[in-house]
Amino acid sequence: MPLDLTADDLAQLHGERGAGSRMAMSIIVRMAEVQAAERLLDIEQAHIDSAIYMGEAGLEFAERLASLGANVAVPTTLNVSGLDENHWREWAVPAEWAANAHRQMVAYQRMGCQPTWTCAPYQTATAPRFGQQIAWGESNAIVFANSVIGARTERYPDFLDICAAVTGRVPATGLHLTENRAGEILLALDRVPLALQRHDAFYPVLGHLIGKIARDRVPVIEGLTVRPTDDQLKGMGAAAASSGSVALFHIVGFTPEAPTVEAAFQGRDPAERIPIEMSMLRDARRELTTSTGKELDLVVLGSPHFSLAEFRQLAPLLVGRHAHPNVKFLVTTSRVMADLARDAGIVSALERFGGKVTVDTCILASPMLPPDIKRLLTNSAKYAYYAPGLLKVDIAFGSLADCVRSAVEGRIVRDESLWEQH
Amino acid sequence: MTRFRAHAVVAGTAEGLALVSDEPLSFWGGFDHTTGEVIDRRHPLAGQVATGRVLAVPFTRGSSTTTAVLLEAVRSGTAPSAILTPAFDSFFALASIVADEMYGTAIPILVLAPAEFSQLRTGQHVRIHADGAIEID
Repeated sequence: MPLDLTADDLAQLHGERGAGSRMAMSIIVRMAEVQAAERLLDIEQAHIDSAIYMGEAGLEFAERLASLGANVAVPTTLNVSGLDENHWREWAVPAEWAANAHRQMVAYQRMGCQPTWTCAPYQTATAPRFGQQIAWGESNAIVFANSVIGARTERYPDFLDICAAVTGRVPATGLHLTENRAGEILLALDRVPLALQRHDAFYPVLGHLIGKIARDRVPVIEGLTVRPTDDQLKGMGAAAASSGSVALFHIVGFTPEAPTVEAAFQGRDPAERIPIEMSMLRDARRELTTSTGKELDLVVLGSPHFSLAEFRQLAPLLVGRHAHPNVKFLVTTSRVMADLARDAGIVSALERFGGKVTVDTCILASPMLPPDIKRLLTNSAKYAYYAPGLLKVDIAFGSLADCVRSAVEGRIVRDESLWEQH
Repeated sequence: MTRFRAHAVVAGTAEGLALVSDEPLSFWGGFDHTTGEVIDRRHPLAGQVATGRVLAVPFTRGSSTTTAVLLEAVRSGTAPSAILTPAFDSFFALASIVADEMYGTAIPILVLAPAEFSQLRTGQHVRIHADGAIEID
């Protein structure tokens, strides 16, 4: 079946809604053709990853689209940028780089995107609802929206996300369609102790393992006995979308499209059934660490961006303690969450501890870290996954408590007890 | 010489030495567009330069920013000369389409049958024709 376009699609394609809409629709239509989509469908909102500054090409794309008069057709939020807009001078960001990154931020706002600057848009007031068709960029946001909320988005890459927002239309394909949301492989937790299932470091490790096993298939996880929190699922999804290209997972009994195993697989048989054993989790945890020594320069939390609930978990760990003078302690979050944490007195507690908050961006998206920072510790599998390649640093993965304790002691200290059982 | 018939997602001609892995790759955090080097330390191709090579990987994993990194690579001349996958990958397709829209230089993106994809080896000399025909020396 050839691609069937509506009169309005054709009007956009022929430039009747302006040159910006024509450029965006032209890219949407070319994608629909190579995806063999039969039609386009309406979206209700978009989340744009493309505002992150990578170099001249991304900036030229943004400024061309904006200068052609493109405007978003649906409510549209922005992912992290390359810059903490108001505080970048406190870091090692080169001024010329900052100027370019800022031009890119401005270009997307000119097109009508909201300057939310967060990679956790599902934890704000603009979060989508179950069943809504949306076009989201940012791998961790995509997997959360699909899996935990039950909204429907394909895995949108940079540039396609803004084209979807400008046209309000996407190819009717992939995870927008019910039949493609069925589970494909069953991952069954096998004798994983309850105490570990309740532990905050369990979920990023499980996610890292799931991404490696599932690769580009939809995994169904069975055997979790404790309801995970949204923040735990956020860490798990971000990990699975880093080590694999997981854009949707189901957890039997907990996520909205998986009340039962049968429902998660839409009545089909799993292609594979793989037990998740402690030895596999231990290996996955080990893989997240590249550091070989105990030396530590920076503890970094907040990929995806730290939530208020996570600030509340951190706060009691800081009481009466202070970070070692040789160790920096950084939390990356959004402006909205930083304000809420400030109102709750947690930012001042963090500053008394010797820590700092940065907003709008993260250490991977902005060249903010000074070159003497070489040895990191994090509770984020996403930071652990990407930092060695992007920043040429070594990193260790630990729990939230490990992160605070290590900052205090000035060296990497990790509690192994929960991982050594069985 | 071996000949394959691939599906040209984005058609074009290219020639180069194959750079092949069974591991998916994220270009963000996995490829340095200023040097063309694979920088994901956990990836089997780590340290290899992909510029001008016919890159063969199963799919893109991870970040949405992969397409932005690939577009930067096209602009700065560090991109692979073509990309082969065993199944359709929307990130590679989109990056090539946007490179065509912006700079008039699409990277050929081709899908090979999995059994043929598995015969590719790093270092083979690969010629890609506009109709999707692939010749391997």
